[in-house]
Amino acid sequence: MGILEVKNVNKRFGGLQALGDVNLSVEENKVHAIIGPNGAGKSTLLNCLVGKLIPDTGSVMFDGQSVLGRKPYEINQMGISRVFQTPEIFGDLTVLENMMIPIFAKRDGAFRMHAIESAEQEKSIIDQAMAMLEDLNMADKRDFHTASMSRGDKRRLEIGMCLAQKPRLLLLDEPTAGMARADTNATIDLLKEIRDTRDITIAIIEHDMHVVFSLAERITVLAQGTPLVEDTPDKIKGHPKVREAYLGEAT
Amino acid sequence: MLGLNSKDFRLLLLVAALALLAPFILNPFPADSAMAQFNAGYPDLMQRFVIFGVFAIGFNILFGLTGYLSFGHAAFLGVGSYSAVWMFKLLSMNVIPAILLAVITAGLFALLIGYISLRRSGIYFAILTLAFAQMSYALAYSVLTPVTGGETGLQLALDDPRVLGAAQSAQGNIPVPGLFGLEMRDAAQLNLGDWVFTFSAGYYFSAVVMLIAFYLSIRIFRSPFGMMLRAVKSNQQRLNYTGLNARPYTLAAFVISGMYAGLAGGLMAAMDPLAGAERMFWTASGEVVLMAILGGVGTLIGPVLGAGLIKYMENIISKINADILHSWFAFLPDGLEDFIVSIMYPFIGKGWHLTLGIIFMAVVIFLPGGLVEGGQRIARLFRRRKSGEAAKDDDAKQSTVAE
Repeated sequence: MGILEVKNVNKRFGGLQALGDVNLSVEENKVHAIIGPNGAGKSTLLNCLVGKLIPDTGSVMFDGQSVLGRKPYEINQMGISRVFQTPEIFGDLTVLENMMIPIFAKRDGAFRMHAIESAEQEKSIIDQAMAMLEDLNMADKRDFHTASMSRGDKRRLEIGMCLAQKPRLLLLDEPTAGMARADTNATIDLLKEIRDTRDITIAIIEHDMHVVFSLAERITVLAQGTPLVEDTPDKIKGHPKVREAYLGEAT
Repeated sequence: MLGLNSKDFRLLLLVAALALLAPFILNPFPADSAMAQFNAGYPDLMQRFVIFGVFAIGFNILFGLTGYLSFGHAAFLGVGSYSAVWMFKLLSMNVIPAILLAVITAGLFALLIGYISLRRSGIYFAILTLAFAQMSYALAYSVLTPVTGGETGLQLALDDPRVLGAAQSAQGNIPVPGLFGLEMRDAAQLNLGDWVFTFSAGYYFSAVVMLIAFYLSIRIFRSPFGMMLRAVKSNQQRLNYTGLNARPYTLAAFVISGMYAGLAGGLMAAMDPLAGAERMFWTASGEVVLMAILGGVGTLIGPVLGAGLIKYMENIISKINADILHSWFAFLPDGLEDFIVSIMYPFIGKGWHLTLGIIFMAVVIFLPGGLVEGGQRIARLFRRRKSGEAAKDDDAKQSTVAE
């Protein structure tokens, strides 16, 4: 049993079968990549996992509990954090404030009227946030407004904000899309470090094969809404069906 | 001090000093000089400054922090006024219970309206709040006449069944609102040379309430709760995917700002114990939006400045008439005098809205951060001149959020 179990999930948009009988099992503390050409249904699948979409049929279980019908914030509180294709951070807030919010969310749940925070409590939150920023090598940027940061830094901060919640499953949606090579490599290094130093399961949707093969321990290939194969990176590389799906080669 | 950092504490002290010295500051001209009409230091107008200041501070907690633009906040002001007047009629002429009830009913009202309106955001939210406020206005004006007094408004009468207090004063008049014996209309006058300064009990009571309201708003701005509200404005998507439910946060902000509006309405009734439906009319809701934008949305002091500016113009510019203009320009040759007066005439008197409109446009285009941004720019100019290039780095780093 994996920590995330997707069973027979179907999703249809009008005449388009976006997902057809998707089965997927993500093992705990592994990096599982989901790859596939454009329109394969990768993002639809991800949106079904986080509560943005509800599948027509099938089940999605996280750690033995169904996530279907729950709101995104409830699913997050279960222990699933999501990184977006375009970094979603609080642009009007400082880097430190960005990092404090997930720590508050972890401590206080979905809502709390904490109008007054004692000095020690506030210091403890700030200390935790600063520790995470140190890990990201962003401590010197604590008072920056995030709107003015580079895309690579925004991504770094977003991943850090997700980690600050100590999630059990981290979902990444094309984390290096639209990035310069240097930023892409920095992001890969960061994710490798996370994989090697933390007890965390990572599911990653990615286009860039370089990213996938540097990180993944398990790969599922999706094509036209259905999983083609699931295997280790080495096997996937030479798999004829994958080549066909990607390159349109007849085999 | 008081749980504020030194910068915020200085701001609070500054506002407190301005509020307490307002009878002097707003009366710079001798009483019988030609400029005396620009004096704003009379109780009625000063009370309006601080009361609308409270209203705008509260509105800013919703609009400035969460970005939800309510176009119906005057409804809460009206509800607050009606509640306070009913308290005067039924309980006592003491302003404390009246204001407390005003805050509570406005809060409950805001809870109901907010719960429904906050199902939508952006323009739809604004329209929903506007619709609710206009419905409240229509109800107060007609159907609810027994409760609201309808067209004539709700007033005190000689036969009010006041439980704690007499229905009539010793002279057989309607009693006036007070605070443990201190009547709100009490005032002391100080004559200094040609200057006349008036110190009104009602004004100082309102000013103290405004300072408390201002202090609470600073605490809200700086609290984790305030940070969550700013996060709502900044990126709701991220907020949801960070395990936070935006709805109760926005609802709490809505109710708090509704209670501020109720407080302002209660204070209005305490200064002058009557309430009318026109306080809920949509133009009154629009006015507080203007105040917040003119002063600086999301800044602490901005809404108070905006409220002051609008109320000043409403009361001072509207009093200027053609005769006064003629007397100003009497030194010019007749033809030129008439020409200048005819150009300026549309902008004064009843035309003060035109002047306000031009100022508003200028602020929105050139100072999107409102009067506060104007102040910051001027301050920066001075600092730069003082310390030259060294100040530049400092400015670049300086955070302007919620200043």
